[in-house]
Amino acid sequence: MKVKSALLLLVLTIATVLTGCEPLMVLDPKGPQAERQAHDILLSIGIMSFIVIVVFAILIYVLIKYRASKASPDYEPPHIEGNKWVELICVGIPVIIVTYFSIVSVQSNNIVEAKPIKYQDKDPLVIYASSSDWKWHFSYPEQNIETVNYLYIPTDRPIEFKLYSYGPITSFWIPQLGGQKYAMSDMVTTLHLAADEPGEMMGRNANFSGKGTAENTFNVTAMSEKDFDKWVKDVKKTAKPLSEKKFDELLKPGHLGQMTFTGTHLKFSPAPEHDHSPSAKPEEGQTDHSKMEMDMDMSDHQNHE
Amino acid sequence: MEFFERFAIPNPSLAIYASMVAIGLTVVAIIAGLTYFKKWGYLWREWLTTVDHKRIGIMYLLSALIMLFRGGVDAIMLRAQLAVPDNKLLDPQHYNEVFSTHGVIMVMFMAMPFIFAFMNYVVPLQIGARDVAFPRLNALSFWLFFFGAMLFNISFVIGGSPDAGWTSYFPLAGNDFSQHVGTNYYMIAIQISGIGSLMTGINMITTIMKMRAPGMTLMKMPMFTWSVLVTNLIIVTVFPVITVALAMGTMDRLFGTHFFATTNGGMDMLWANLFWVWGHPEVYILILPAFGIYSEIISTFAGRNLYGYKSMVASMVIISALSCMVWAHHFFTMGQGAVANSFFSITTMMIAVPTGVKIFNWLFTLWKGKIRFTVPMLYSLGFIPLFVIGGMTGVMLAMSAADYQYHNTMFLVAHFHNTIIPGVVFAMLAGLTYYWPKMFGFMLNERIGKWSFWTLTIGFCLAFFPMYITGLDGQARRMYTYSEATGYGPLNMVSFVGAGVMAISFALIVYNVYYSVRYSPRNIGADPWDARSLEWATHTPVPEYNFAVEPQVASSEGFWDAKKKGHALFPGKVEKIHMPNNSGVPFIMGAIFFVLGFSLVFSLWIPAILSLIGILACMALRSFEQDHGRYISVKEIEETETKLRGAK
Repeated sequence: MKVKSALLLLVLTIATVLTGCEPLMVLDPKGPQAERQAHDILLSIGIMSFIVIVVFAILIYVLIKYRASKASPDYEPPHIEGNKWVELICVGIPVIIVTYFSIVSVQSNNIVEAKPIKYQDKDPLVIYASSSDWKWHFSYPEQNIETVNYLYIPTDRPIEFKLYSYGPITSFWIPQLGGQKYAMSDMVTTLHLAADEPGEMMGRNANFSGKGTAENTFNVTAMSEKDFDKWVKDVKKTAKPLSEKKFDELLKPGHLGQMTFTGTHLKFSPAPEHDHSPSAKPEEGQTDHSKMEMDMDMSDHQNHE
Repeated sequence: MEFFERFAIPNPSLAIYASMVAIGLTVVAIIAGLTYFKKWGYLWREWLTTVDHKRIGIMYLLSALIMLFRGGVDAIMLRAQLAVPDNKLLDPQHYNEVFSTHGVIMVMFMAMPFIFAFMNYVVPLQIGARDVAFPRLNALSFWLFFFGAMLFNISFVIGGSPDAGWTSYFPLAGNDFSQHVGTNYYMIAIQISGIGSLMTGINMITTIMKMRAPGMTLMKMPMFTWSVLVTNLIIVTVFPVITVALAMGTMDRLFGTHFFATTNGGMDMLWANLFWVWGHPEVYILILPAFGIYSEIISTFAGRNLYGYKSMVASMVIISALSCMVWAHHFFTMGQGAVANSFFSITTMMIAVPTGVKIFNWLFTLWKGKIRFTVPMLYSLGFIPLFVIGGMTGVMLAMSAADYQYHNTMFLVAHFHNTIIPGVVFAMLAGLTYYWPKMFGFMLNERIGKWSFWTLTIGFCLAFFPMYITGLDGQARRMYTYSEATGYGPLNMVSFVGAGVMAISFALIVYNVYYSVRYSPRNIGADPWDARSLEWATHTPVPEYNFAVEPQVASSEGFWDAKKKGHALFPGKVEKIHMPNNSGVPFIMGAIFFVLGFSLVFSLWIPAILSLIGILACMALRSFEQDHGRYISVKEIEETETKLRGAK
């Protein structure tokens, strides 16, 4: 364990020195999920560096020792078929490393795909994050408010993001809180995050979704639960309600600034949360014809089931 | 007028208009040149109608080099746009088209023909065959590839380029979000050349299984031939998947089906899965022949047999099997949950084991060797450390939880370039230099070659290593710009400089060809590298029948045995040789496919139907044609042999 942490420290120092003083965003976690991922990253850099160094060392050694200019002109390299033990080592050591990484990987998968362990005892705050070309809509059903292109979250509380998209596949990513996940139009994906400390962070769509992807970013502000409640109260006092008409306008392709509303779009345009059989999709603008087809699909499905 | 509007480019720019003029002038110049020098007949008889695997290989090679140039120009444009923050060189739409084109061209139309070039040229020679099993099918494969590539390449001057990335994820690639014809080009051009690849797969497997020289059992095949066999097994396994996926995508775009749409029961995730079920094995289709070439070169210039032959073969077979079980690692972030991600995470990491075995075997081949630092060897030696770094980051990416942070970032971009450039591109350049004397009868200049190796290596490190850092700092890929506040500026500038150094390297390679054509000595003999396998046992230039007498081998290094152990390589007597006749049909079919593809791209139904009928007519013609090939008489062979022996 000591060796491992020393190794991590070494890698971290190198990474920091390499990039000037500011730590790299992904290696500067502000939440438990990102912390676990940064740990995995540094751990794998550390162990894999060992393999890289071994290969480099063998390569340099043989290149210096066995170059033709050094050998006598009548030296005939021997015919060597291979050696059971050498090859066993070449298989064995990577197998051990891969096995170790596999264990870590499975553990980490279960950690990042669940409510953060650190805040296990708290109820998660559910936020629906949906993307449209090229904006993010954040609906807080619990608080009954909605924002566009900015996200306020309380610290020390697990947050459950429900992701979906009104258009191409996007990817919801706040590097300092944790890795990304896709938002798609025909199903809802769930991303578990949490923030440990107050502060401002960058969030963005990381998946290419057309012309406006580069600017498809949002600001994230983590604040104490008290400040968060105060903000919610302020919003309820000052913001206008979100009407269906207004929301349709927001969905039009383009970029928007930050906006705040009371109410959420989930009422009139619910997330595609149900089982994703084709009948269950809340697509807007569908013609009667396609609705009819969908009804037939549904009966089809029931027949099969 | 309305009819012609569809051919207009949706986002014209000065650069595109300039390219149009340049393309026009080049075409005129080529036609004028061929006419002036009276070369039309030569071109038709010797090249367009050829079924000779060596000439087809050389045509693949030329196409690959031209496409390397095209894809390289795209790359320079991308890096130039990102060199400074808030750059206005390219607008977002243009940038999207350029990176989509860069990816498709480099994978489908540069790397694929490059490996096909070596497969075609080297494999029949290496197994002591006279040609591939189905020479005319081979010509058809080439022309389908070629016209597919041409169709794809005209997209940017007629109608617009694809703009949904080389992965072309739906629904972004669907009609709703990509209205112009760019993605039609993508679907149809890749389809046409993909059919060609599939045919090559069948052809190569048959060739290797049925046409090896006497004595060459499977476990006595040279390593490159082994790699080609395994590669083509992957090709016939996975290319049908992309064929189906592209057909479904084409129908979505042209006929209003909903396979990948998000309405009416379509599923966008289905495209991602199908694409990567083909797409991941595809990268092994590229890397395995590259491994084969490295095996040949390292063994030749270490002056030693390849260490651990059996484990080399086993590791390739294992890699090919695993390659079909890892596709979901391209979208760990799609929300399939911890269990599925864990499965794909582990299978992905398992690939590191057989790959590691190969790396160590190459190192042990150098062990006790007598290493000559020629240009092909430099590329192979440069490959080892750089590829190990690429492999290391590959294992990092395979950790699915951590991948949530690498996905869609420059870290990923750095990783796959770090495997593909030292892995595939270095191998192709090594192979190019290594087989050049066999193909053209003179060597490439070593000094210029070394310069291009070093500039390429340094340029590569400068261009791609900074991306690992910006990726970890949150720079997402495929973004046409970034703000100064992000701090990505300086490292992106370094990348741009690196790309420039790589461009210098490619310019040096071109100059090297020119220089060597003019100044290289011609009397180099058949075996200028002191090599070990059969392709070096025949004359240079290689006669059309390859070997006057069928070679007989007792190990994977038949030629080496003949040189060092007095093994009798050609025990038989000269007999008349049966060879296939040339045929214009493959070329004509390819051209009709081009018309078909173009018509489909623009939904021109009447020419599409007519060309479909034309294709069927060509196939029918082949079925009823009586062509039993021809014989080369003993006298003719002996004359050729005497002449070639004299040339030595």
